Amino acid sequence: MAEQERRKERLDRGIKARTEGLYAISSWREVSYLLAPRAGLIIILLLLPLIVPGLYWQRVLALAGVYALLAISFDFLAERVGLVCIGGAFMIGVGGYISGALNYYLKLPVFLTIPIGTLGGALLCTLLWLPCLPLRGIYFAVVTFMFPFLTTSLILAGNLFEGTEGLSPIMGFPNTWIAVYLMIVLILLFIFGLRRLCGEDIGVVFAGVKDNDLAVFASGINVTRVKIYALYIASLIGCFAGAFVAHFSGFVGVSLFAVDFSIMPIAACIMGGPGTMVGPALGAFILAPLSELLRGFGQLRVVLYCLVLVGFILFKPEGLLSWAARKYHQIEHWVKV
Amino acid sequence: MEIFVYGVVNGMTFVLWAVGFSFVYGISRLPNFAHGALYVVTGFITWSFINSTGLPHWLSIILSLLIVSFAGVAIYQFVMIRVRGMPISEIIVSFAIALAILEGLRLQGIGGFKGFIGPGYVLPPFVNGVIETRWVTIDFQRLLIIAAGLLLLGSMWLFTHYHKVGLALRAMAQHERAALMLGINSDRMANIALGIGSALAGISAIAVMPLGNVNCESGYSVLTNAIAVCVIGGLGSWVGTILAALILGLATTMMSALGGTMWNNVLVFGLIILILIIRPSGLFGQQKELEERV
Repeated sequence: MAEQERRKERLDRGIKARTEGLYAISSWREVSYLLAPRAGLIIILLLLPLIVPGLYWQRVLALAGVYALLAISFDFLAERVGLVCIGGAFMIGVGGYISGALNYYLKLPVFLTIPIGTLGGALLCTLLWLPCLPLRGIYFAVVTFMFPFLTTSLILAGNLFEGTEGLSPIMGFPNTWIAVYLMIVLILLFIFGLRRLCGEDIGVVFAGVKDNDLAVFASGINVTRVKIYALYIASLIGCFAGAFVAHFSGFVGVSLFAVDFSIMPIAACIMGGPGTMVGPALGAFILAPLSELLRGFGQLRVVLYCLVLVGFILFKPEGLLSWAARKYHQIEHWVKV
Repeated sequence: MEIFVYGVVNGMTFVLWAVGFSFVYGISRLPNFAHGALYVVTGFITWSFINSTGLPHWLSIILSLLIVSFAGVAIYQFVMIRVRGMPISEIIVSFAIALAILEGLRLQGIGGFKGFIGPGYVLPPFVNGVIETRWVTIDFQRLLIIAAGLLLLGSMWLFTHYHKVGLALRAMAQHERAALMLGINSDRMANIALGIGSALAGISAIAVMPLGNVNCESGYSVLTNAIAVCVIGGLGSWVGTILAALILGLATTMMSALGGTMWNNVLVFGLIILILIIRPSGLFGQQKELEERV
């Protein structure tokens, strides 16, 4: 029994306590303590397209942005509203097919098709998922996971929208800079918007639906209607990502419904830190380039990233961002018991 | 007549696929999404035993079933045990394991490993031969599938209703805390459930795979079909499982005869979504609907 009992003690840094109230603005040190991590992340994100070498990595960055948007939308639905929707591919597909078809058949320009694809796609997603909304937990997850498969087999079996061939060519963005910065600005907008939204009255109702929907029900609030709002907002994000992918790759096909778009955002979300909105985006910007680096290894890429996923769930379920935040705010040291 | 007989065979295939998944999920509430991966793994292990080490057929089957059930126990013991009670993490973790296994089997060029790709991997049937009756021609392997399906269902029913361990497993499903108070070790039960469930996946692989070749893609379809049967039939209900499997089997066979196999997936997924929306506890589900709905 020589083993010494130790435990880790965590204490808040003094500056954290000082910056909690309004008086934080009285000193530059405290203001910068508050602003540094936030501003740092935003500035890094804005500078990324300038830093990365070459066009290829800019395209990777834009695709990482797509995954980031999906991860944010998944995070919002799962952690704030309690709807675990693992059908991100369906949002991508619907948004992509709508804006792609508008461009392909009606020759509408990009700045029209993307908003139409986003708004209309979100409407369509919400309408199609409307019957599943009374479901909870794993059942909702399974249904939403099945939707992309159903649409894929429908498109292939019915030979809709040119079937396996897909719609091509679709008009692209004027240049990659515009695409990348459009993506980045929108990611920031969505993150800020969602964080604000969750602080509003409706955000409290969302949290209520997540924690105890019977209580919300008993307070005379229509739970399904609240879920519809949340779903519309989340699919707005997902469908924009879809429309973006369609124009960015210049091609619309059943590959838009690929499982990648459903699974990768979840991995990013878990890696970055569920429930933080910023974390999932961070995770996506780490995972997507990483998987691009491993592209040469073929199937090994999928295996590795599954292992990363399992590892994070098992050993760091809080995610990178929450871990970093803890290190930033608290001092840790071992004490003898 | 032919459609009917082959539909029944097809339905029994669905039963075989689903029985392991349904056993693990319906009884111990662990969604084992690695089910399809274990199914494929069994096929490959058996194939390797037969073709690489030259073991006899029956011995390699028994060995591979043992290996797979230990793999199931290992999945629970080292991975799932840490996320127990968090359904979404359970799903994600087990699905990630499944993806890692299935894609790992397809890895090429590492250490001279060629990857299990191609049509060369075929398991031998138990009995060769074809039976011809007045209406229909059917081979022995398909009859064996029917027998195996009925046998498995019967023995699982007896096991969960009359054996002590089976009763304990059902108790865990009904009320975990009460079961814990009665001295049932939750982790040991889950280990047993996963072990048996994986072995069931293995048995289904050995019975069904001789009809086609062994490939990684079937892992995904086995999983979705198993989920389909469980969802449509209702979790934890054996009658529901049989009925749902027969419905799906007959429907897909008819679909193939009428409109081509393309529509099979549409049918399966459409049915799942329809049933989940109308009656989320399934046709014969024994859970309270309120638990799943507001």
